[in-house]
Amino acid sequence: MLTAVLIGTSCSLLGSFLILRKSVMIGDAISHSVLPGIVLAFIFTEERAALPILIGAAVFGVLTTMFIQFLQRKSNVQEGAAIGISFTFFFALGVIMIALSTGGNVDIDQDCVLFGEIASTYLDKIFVNGYFVGTRSILTIAPVLLIVILFVVFGMKGLRLTSFNEDYAKALGINVNAWNYALLMLVSITAVLSFEAVGAVLVVGFLTIPPASAYLITNNLSKMLWLSVVFTLLSAVGGTLLALTLDVTISGMIVSVAGILFLLTWSGKIIMTKSKKIEKLSEV
Amino acid sequence: MISLEAHNLTVAYDKVPVLWDIDFELPTGKIIGIIGPNGSGKTTLLKTIMGLIKPASGYVKVFEQDLDEVRQRVAYVPQRESVDWDFPASVQDVVEMGRYRKNSLFRRLTQTDKEIVANAIEKVKLTAFKDRQISQLSGGQQQRVFIARALAQGADIFFMDEPFVGVDATTETAILDLLTTMRDEGKTVVIVHHDLQTVSGYFDHLVLLNTRVIACGPTAEVLTQENLSNAYGGQLTLLSKIQSIIKEKEFPIREKGFEKR
Ligand SMILES: Nc1ncnc2c1ncn2[C@@H]1O[C@H](COP(=O)(O)OP(=O)(O)OP(=O)(O)O)[C@@H](O)[C@H]1O
Ligand SMILES: [Mg+2]
Repeated sequence: MLTAVLIGTSCSLLGSFLILRKSVMIGDAISHSVLPGIVLAFIFTEERAALPILIGAAVFGVLTTMFIQFLQRKSNVQEGAAIGISFTFFFALGVIMIALSTGGNVDIDQDCVLFGEIASTYLDKIFVNGYFVGTRSILTIAPVLLIVILFVVFGMKGLRLTSFNEDYAKALGINVNAWNYALLMLVSITAVLSFEAVGAVLVVGFLTIPPASAYLITNNLSKMLWLSVVFTLLSAVGGTLLALTLDVTISGMIVSVAGILFLLTWSGKIIMTKSKKIEKLSEV
Repeated sequence: MISLEAHNLTVAYDKVPVLWDIDFELPTGKIIGIIGPNGSGKTTLLKTIMGLIKPASGYVKVFEQDLDEVRQRVAYVPQRESVDWDFPASVQDVVEMGRYRKNSLFRRLTQTDKEIVANAIEKVKLTAFKDRQISQLSGGQQQRVFIARALAQGADIFFMDEPFVGVDATTETAILDLLTTMRDEGKTVVIVHHDLQTVSGYFDHLVLLNTRVIACGPTAEVLTQENLSNAYGGQLTLLSKIQSIIKEKEFPIREKGFEKR
C-alpha cells in the first residue's frame, strides 16, 4: 500500500503537467516503451540493479519522445498515431528481447510487466545488518518521489511557463527542450520503477485519473497538484482495503477506485454548476 | 536609430518558402504595422524575429545586436488563440511570467517584481480582475493580460501578433492609447495587423508583406494603390475596397503631416 502511495504521488504530480500540456498519451507511451531499456540493462548487467535499469529506462523514455516528435514532423501523421506506432513498437521490441535473450526463463515476467503484482512487493525485503529497513520497491521509489517533489517545487515557474505558453518561454530565452525532457525523463524513471511493483496499467491510471479529477475542480495550479495527491491517497488506500476485503487484484481495484472518484467529482461538478444556475435563475 | 533589421531573410516550411528574401529596417520609437493578406507570412515573420523558427537563410538583428544578447529588451505578445485559456492560472500568475528570467527561474519573485507586475496590471485596467481565472475573462481582457505580461517584462521593443482580433471598439481604443503612451516613452511597438480600414489611423510606419516585402516606410508612402494591389492581388472587389480606403486615408494623413511641420 505504501508502495502504491509513493508511486501514485509521484505519478500524479508528473501527470498533472502532462494533462496541462495535453500530452497524457505520451505518458502512456513512455510507460510501455521503457521496456527495451529495462531488458537491455538487465542483459548487460545480469542483475536487477536499480541504477542501470533506471538509466536504460530514462534513455528509452527520451528516445520514445524524440521518435514520436520525429514521426510527426517528418511523416505528417497525427500525434495519436505517432504515439501508437512508437509505443507498440518499443513494447513489442522489449517483449521479443525478453524472449530471445533468455528463452523465457527470467525474472522479468511478461504478465508482471502489464499488471504488476503489488501484493508480492512486500516479499522482497531488504535487511541491513539483519534489520528490516523496507521492501525493495519502497526503497527505490522513495528517492525518486523526493526528486519529483523537489523538481515540482523548485521548477514550478519553469513548468508553469513551459506548459502554458511554450513560444513565450522560448522568446524569453528559456531552454524549453530541457524542461520537456526533464519532465519526460522523470516520467520514464517513475514508470520503470513502478513497472514490477504495480504494472503499466496502474502507472497510466495514476498519471491520468487523479490529475484529471483535480483539474475539474480547481483553477489554481498548486491546488491542482495538492488535490491530485489527495485523490491518489484516497484511491491507493481505498483500493487496497477494498481489494483485501473482496480478495481481488490490488492494482485493478486502485484504478477502479480512482475512476469512480473521477466520476463522482465530475457529477458533483455538474450538479454544482446546475444548482448555481438555478440559484441565479431564482434570483431573477 | 534602427530598432530592427532583417537581411536576406528566407523562411520555408517543408521547403516551400513562406518568406522570400526579406530585407528591411525599422526605426525606433514608432508604432509599426506589419500588414498583408492571409497567409502572407506575417506570423511567420514575427516568429522568426523571436527566434522561434530558424530561417533558411539571412538574419535578424534587434538594436543592432543578436537577439540572444538583447532578449531582456524584447517582448513577444503571441496570438491570443495560441494558448489554452483553460489553464489553471489567474491574471496575476500570467502577468508574473513577464518577470521570469532564464537565470533566475528557480528563485522566487522579489518584492520589486511584484510591484512591477501590479503596475502592469493597473496599466491595462485589470486590477479588479487580478485573481480571476483566465478562462473567465472576455477576449479583450485576455488580450490585455498578454499585453500586461509584455509590459511587466520591461522591454524596449514589443512584437504583437494581431492584438486587435476579437476586441471591441472601446478596448481597441484603450489598447491603442496605451501603445501611444509607450511610443511616447520611446518604446518601439511592432504589430501584425490585418484590418486595412484602420491602418492609416494606427501606424506611423508600415511593412507591407506578401511573401516578399512589397513596401516598407512611413505609412503615407506605403499606402499607395499600386503597393496595395501588388500585395493583395488584382481581385476587383478588393481593388475597389482599396480605392475607398485610400480615399478615406487622405484626410488623416494630411493632418499628421501638418502636425509635424
Ligand atoms: N507550421 C506550419 N507548417 C507548414 N506551413 C505553415 C505553417 N505555419 C504556416 N504555414 C504556411 O505559411 C504561410 C504563412 O503563414 P502565416 O501564419 O505566417 O501567415 P499570416 O500572414 O500570419 O496569415 P494570417 O493573416 O492568416 O494570420 C501560409 O501559407 C501557411 O499555410
Ligand atoms: Mg497570423
